[in-house]
This record gives sequence, C-alpha cells and structure tokens, in this order.
Amino acid sequence: SLPKSLNKRESERKTADFFIFRSSLTMSGNKQEEDPRINGIKTKIRVVPDFPKKGIMFQDITTVLLDPKAFKDTIDLFVERYRDKNISVVAGIEARGFLFGPPIALAIGAKFVPLRKPKKLPGETIFEEYELEYGNDRLEMHVGAVEAGDRALVVDDLIATGGTLCAAINLLERVGAEVVECACVIELPELKGRQRLKGKPLCMLVEYR
Amino acid sequence: MFAAENGLKGDPRLEAISAAIRVVPDFPKKGIMFQDITTLLLDHKAFKHTIDIFVDRYKDMHISVVAGVEARGFMFGPSIALAIGAKFVPLRKPGKLPGKVISESYELEYGHDRLEMHVDAVEPRERVIIIDDLVATGGTLSAAISLMESQGAEVVECACVIGLPEVKGQHKLEGKPLYVLVEPSGLDEF
Repeated sequence: SLPKSLNKRESERKTADFFIFRSSLTMSGNKQEEDPRINGIKTKIRVVPDFPKKGIMFQDITTVLLDPKAFKDTIDLFVERYRDKNISVVAGIEARGFLFGPPIALAIGAKFVPLRKPKKLPGETIFEEYELEYGNDRLEMHVGAVEAGDRALVVDDLIATGGTLCAAINLLERVGAEVVECACVIELPELKGRQRLKGKPLCMLVEYR
Repeated sequence: MFAAENGLKGDPRLEAISAAIRVVPDFPKKGIMFQDITTLLLDHKAFKHTIDIFVDRYKDMHISVVAGVEARGFMFGPSIALAIGAKFVPLRKPGKLPGKVISESYELEYGHDRLEMHVDAVEPRERVIIIDDLVATGGTLSAAISLMESQGAEVVECACVIGLPEVKGQHKLEGKPLYVLVEPSGLDEF
C-alpha cells in the first residue's frame, strides 16, 4: 500500500479536481447551475472587432467597469470563492489585472502585488520571459513582495494562450509561494490556455468562443 | 489640500499610510526620490485605510464617475468606485483602449505624452473624481480634467495618495480642488 503522505496527496488531488469541475459548472457553462450574476456580467462585455489587429475579436471589459452592479458582481463572485481559502497574496497582471486584483485583495485580507512590464517597478526585481506572437516580453515582480509559504492567487481580465499567466506562476513559485489558482473574468477556451498553467486550476466567469 | 489640514489632523491612519510608502533613490533617473506605493499595497491595513479615507470623503458627494490614470491610478480607483457605487473609467496611454477614444496631450520633462479615454465612458453633467497615486507637476491630472470637461462632465475633485512639494499650499489644480493624503516620505534625509 502507498505511504500515508502519498495517499493524502492523491485524495487531495481528487477532491480538488471535483471541486474545480463543480466550480466550472457553477461559474459558467451549465445554465442550470450558473450563478444569475454571470449573465449580467457577460452582457456588459463589449466585443471590438479587429483590435489590436484584423481578425482579433477584442474582449473589452471597460464596459463592465461602467456598470457598478456588474463590476461589483464580478468582484463578489471571486471574493466569495476565495475568502475562506487563506490566500495571503493576490498578484495582478499589468494593466487590466490591476482593475480586479486590488478590490479582491482588500476584501479577502491579502496583499496585492503588481506584476509589471519591464522597467516600471522601481526596486530590485526578478523577471520571467514569455512568448508573444512575434518575439518575447517580460513580466517583473519586486524582490521581497512575496515570501516563501505565501498562498497566491493570480488575477487577469482574460486568459488567451496562457503565456502571461504561466510567467506569473513561475515568478511566484520561484520565490517559494504556492499558486492556489488563477482567476480571470474571461477565457478564450479555443486557445487552450488552461493547459499551460503548470497544473494550476483556472477559475473564469465567462467563455468566449 | 492635504488631508491633515482638512479634518484628518492627527489621524493615525495617515501616519500608517506614510510609513508604508517606500522611497527608492535615483529612479527612474539620478536625483529623483521615487515614491513607491507597491509597499503600501503589501500592507493590507494601510491599503484599506487609504481606500477608506477616500470613500468616506466622496460617498455622500453624489459622484457618478471615478477616473483612474494608468497604471497606478488603477490600483486605487476601482476599489473607491465600487464602495461609492460609481462607474470606473480608465484613462490610458495611447493605443490601449480598443474603442473610439478622445485624447489629450500633456508635457513631460522632455517631450509629450497622451492620455486617452473612451468616448462613451462619461456623459454630460456627470460628477467625476480623478485618481492617481501621486501628483507632481499636475500635468497628467490637467490632461485628465480636459478629457472630462470635453465631454461636459464636472470634475469635482482630483485625489492623490501623495503630493510632491510643488503642490504644497495649492488647493486647486486648473481651478479644480486637489485632495492629497500625505507628503512624500524620506525627503528630509537629504
């Protein structure tokens, strides 16, 4: 029989998978279980064709921010999910992650850590590179902002290929934090970003296909 | 005007906020004592105090829009907007906003930059607060005020966590009231 420690991990993983599956249902996709607030948020997202270039249907969340109820519901849905999970840090990805991350952090009693483009953070930083369609970019984090043992949530407005979120996970893990989950308002499932999160679960509210 | 001169004299929250701000010398270039608010965001209590002070001030002023200047204004503005039931409007660098925009240019030390806003974000006669982490010369805030006024909205006040010495004693910016929580940390050391 397996040693006790392995058994515990296996059963935790099975519980986690079940929880994610159920949560995906309750957060989006299965209309019977879908939280009624989700539809209100979905209808407020504006799709802008051909931005930043031809062929891209850009998911504009600024229109959600213009509706106090929809914006509040967005934050409340995440806060309800995370408030009892002992999250000690919310990391938000520049710049639209800064719109959702701090309100969540404040409500659940966590630190907020901005993950930024190069040369914006004034103190000593560590960086992680990630791929763009053409070339690379970098995500930076202040040294000392996150400590070993911190339980982290990564927040962005949208997950596409998952490249940026993966870079964020790497930064947090390098300093010894545990990434509990990634949270995004919108997922573009056809880009399969969910599979690039190093096994970390993703919580999203709205899918766009 | 500074919060301490306007009802919050001796408020221990202001000291906690000031203490949580880190000074980084010579960033982005030599001679500048950069006021780093990321350490404030790491201090949950002090961050909450910051938001609470702004919310207490604006919640009964019938504010319908909180506009935040990219990117550090984004870290404070949305929480204030949510607490007072207002819209949040991001004011961004050029090319970031996907819809139709209006823009206003402002001066940097060398050259210019532009601030953009979606055309449909703000309506005539809306009452607006503009938020940024810090006010120095007031150039960016002036551009933000122009954007709002071009849409017929009324800027009720500009609000910043930190106000540099240039604004000390100034109660107004382009004729609009200016409300600042703390002075810069660490300037006395030199």
